[in-house]
Amino acid sequence: MRLSGPWRKVLRSPRGGSAALGLAIVVFCAVFAPWIAPYAYDIQNLPGANRAPSIAHWLGTDEFGRDLLSRIIHGARTSLTVGVASISASVLGGMALGAAAGYFGGAFDRAVTAIVDLTWSFPEILIALILIAIIGPGLQSTMIAISIGYLAQFTRLTRAQIMALKGETYVEATINLGAGSFHVMFRHLLPNALPPVIVAGMLATGDAIILEATLGFFGLGAQPPTPSWGAMMSSGTAQIFIAPWTIIFPGVAIAATVIAINLFGDAVIDALDIRGRLRES
Amino acid sequence: MPAPLPAISARASAMDDASPHALLTIRGLTRDFASRRGMFGARRVLRAVSDVSFDVPRGRVTGIVGESGCGKSTLARLVLRLLDPSAGQVIFDGVDLETLTASALRKLRQRMQMVFQDPYSAIDPRYTIRSALLEPFQVQGIALDSREQDAKVAELLAMVGLNAAMAQSHPHQLSGGQKQRVGIARALALNPAFLVLDEPTASLDVSIQAQIIGLLERLQAELELTYLFISHDLGLVRYFCDRIVVMYLGRIVEILPTSDAAPRHPYTRALMDSSFEPDPTRRRIVTKLSGEIPSAFDLQPGCAFAARCPAATARCRSERPDLTREGIHAVACHHPLN
Amino acid sequence: MALLTVQDLSISIGRLAPLDSISFAVDAGEILGIVGESGSGKSLTAMAVMGLLPLIGGEIESGTIRFDGVDLTSLDEAAYRRLRGRRIALITQNPMTSLDPLMRVGAQIDQVSRLHLGLTADAAMRRSVDLMQQLRIPEAKTIHGQYPHQMSGGMKQRIVIAMALAADPQLIIADEPTTALDVTIQAQIIQIMVELVRERGLALILITHDMSVVAQACDRVVVLYAGRVAESNAVDAIFAHPRHPYTRELIRCIPREGQAPGSLKGIPGLVPSVTAYPSGCRFHPRCGDAQARCARDAPTLEDTDAGAVACHFSPGVGDG
Repeated sequence: MRLSGPWRKVLRSPRGGSAALGLAIVVFCAVFAPWIAPYAYDIQNLPGANRAPSIAHWLGTDEFGRDLLSRIIHGARTSLTVGVASISASVLGGMALGAAAGYFGGAFDRAVTAIVDLTWSFPEILIALILIAIIGPGLQSTMIAISIGYLAQFTRLTRAQIMALKGETYVEATINLGAGSFHVMFRHLLPNALPPVIVAGMLATGDAIILEATLGFFGLGAQPPTPSWGAMMSSGTAQIFIAPWTIIFPGVAIAATVIAINLFGDAVIDALDIRGRLRES
Repeated sequence: MPAPLPAISARASAMDDASPHALLTIRGLTRDFASRRGMFGARRVLRAVSDVSFDVPRGRVTGIVGESGCGKSTLARLVLRLLDPSAGQVIFDGVDLETLTASALRKLRQRMQMVFQDPYSAIDPRYTIRSALLEPFQVQGIALDSREQDAKVAELLAMVGLNAAMAQSHPHQLSGGQKQRVGIARALALNPAFLVLDEPTASLDVSIQAQIIGLLERLQAELELTYLFISHDLGLVRYFCDRIVVMYLGRIVEILPTSDAAPRHPYTRALMDSSFEPDPTRRRIVTKLSGEIPSAFDLQPGCAFAARCPAATARCRSERPDLTREGIHAVACHHPLN
Repeated sequence: MALLTVQDLSISIGRLAPLDSISFAVDAGEILGIVGESGSGKSLTAMAVMGLLPLIGGEIESGTIRFDGVDLTSLDEAAYRRLRGRRIALITQNPMTSLDPLMRVGAQIDQVSRLHLGLTADAAMRRSVDLMQQLRIPEAKTIHGQYPHQMSGGMKQRIVIAMALAADPQLIIADEPTTALDVTIQAQIIQIMVELVRERGLALILITHDMSVVAQACDRVVVLYAGRVAESNAVDAIFAHPRHPYTRELIRCIPREGQAPGSLKGIPGLVPSVTAYPSGCRFHPRCGDAQARCARDAPTLEDTDAGAVACHFSPGVGDG
């Protein structure tokens, strides 16, 4: 991809630039959490529970007296790991299935389309819940569940891209030169199909983070003491009147991260001018 | 039910006015496309090309002219085996393409190439011109070291009159005419003997069209190429081609042995009347043709042109005329002109 | 006085100036051909006359457009709307997009006469069917009730022409009306348009890139290059004695009957884009007769009895 031009365009636009900054902060927190968090995320201090924000604890403490800021910084790690890892797996799997289905067509395509259409009718959260019910809660389960939940989307998108690109004159020209399927697929079809799929993946990461938070809210995600923004909100509901910050700050963290992802993705779509290609059929 | 596939007619082999010198021989070529209206609709068959037979003489330019639905683009792809025929043979330099294995066919492609109609989508937008020109070698497994690569790219660009500096550009930085030159250069990279030119100038400005035709003429003479030139523009075909095959709704209606031969088929006559001259003192009288080009799905019995032909008789509507040879001129009509 | 006179028209779109000092005129009963390649500004000329420039963010910088005595550049939108479709009709290149896919074609023609002539539904339908028959549409009554997707491109274009004629306009502007059509259909449509003009005494502006169409159908010709008029003249004169090098070369780009192989040359160089017009005479980079002056000074359009031409060396140019 000729990256430099569009990427510069993204970073220069007010929307893209500020979103990129926000994302950079979240990623920074996630990567350097143990070093930048003022406290460890699991040190309890019951006498200091539910304290309002103060100099010692910038965002206050939760019901176990743990520093909320540190927990939120570490929570970034959880959310981003789950979001990026599961969506990456989903994108890779979806691209493989979708590309094969779109390129070869025939019975394989019909089978893939049938399965995709079936799962398509289930919301991702339902799929995730079903899978977690089967394999049990936890961080890994959450990642697997989210990967599978979003598989249909990337399969459909890639398939649509490959089918559209298959008809391009340059593909015919390459075959005419004597190229085999491998060359056509890996040198022309997949590289040209990549931009919309990558951007869709970016936007899905935001969804996945919310999904992880949702699962965490119900205690199905990362198990304590690993901090998860969703689980933090869940336990915060009990203190909502005496310590509202225990819900508000994790909620803001989720919202800010997802908004940053969406704005960034939007800016990339505009810079690459591929809004029309995000259609899935 | 579609008509049964035609047996290769004995008459067709009588068409070989150029057979010992033919680089390409096409016999009884037919191609059907099936489509279904919706999931439960009736299955319809479109016969895009029907029983087409002719020779392409070595070193000459053979033109194929016709309007939409005549099957010329399908024919181009059948000739290069980008599509498989439903019936018929394509014999390239003595080799029946049907008999080749997939890898043998891929190798043979070095000798027969195509220049595509749309220069705007004929090159992968992500590739540089240099990569696009080197792709033929890559695909055919011909290894070139970096010095040889540079030399090849420079040679190809010079051959089509482009600046060597253009190698680093991307397609979107080039004009339509420049892109088409790159397309031609790419087609010539592997030293083919035969080029199919599928409306190579249709999407270009007039002044650029003429440039490209001039380039193609020069290349043909220099490299002793054989061309199959496909176009809807009869004026251009008559200028550029030595022999002209006229197609209508998938069939050959006439083969003109020279570009200035007088037309004998009413459709060819109508095409000529519709090709205006850039000369107001020679205005055409446009024959009043009734109706439109019929849909290829609903082919009537008899001559496909009968519905529009001013001279059609009852026989024309019921009995389809065969392509018959009168000297070196072939025409498929019950009442040919002259 | 001519029905339509365009004088020194210049338009701008944002920071671009795609038309510069265009002048031409067309009379009732006359067919004027405006010919040019891409970037010549020929379609923009049509839009300017129709007052449609605001649709693409353009505006008239200077010049006048006089139609039947009225300066169109001074009209407001409401006044223009009374003109459009009623006294000046526009036929565009792509019949696919001119017709509403959800409305029967007959109704679309009816609409025009009902709106502009105030006819009742029945009277409008009779008029539409009559028009369709004049345009040689077979089984006009049946076609009247059909939808656009049920017909071919050539048929759709005839419907569009019928719509243009329905309000009995004085001037029709046809912008590449046959480019998307097959050759034999194109010839039929051009023939129909020529006959209509002769029969009804209309004025027709035929915009095209094809000099052969111009030779076949037009009475007068205006050749545009890169947003300026290169030459304009009666059709016989312009083909017999082209005075601008571009006109001469453009005519030579089309192969003639019996032309010797190898003689087709083309015009070297690129068709200029509006973002990078050459200085001075815009044709100078591609002109075989260019001198130093041509790169510096833009030639003005010299209007004489022998037609108008914008070239520094015009008297010497033009050897037929």
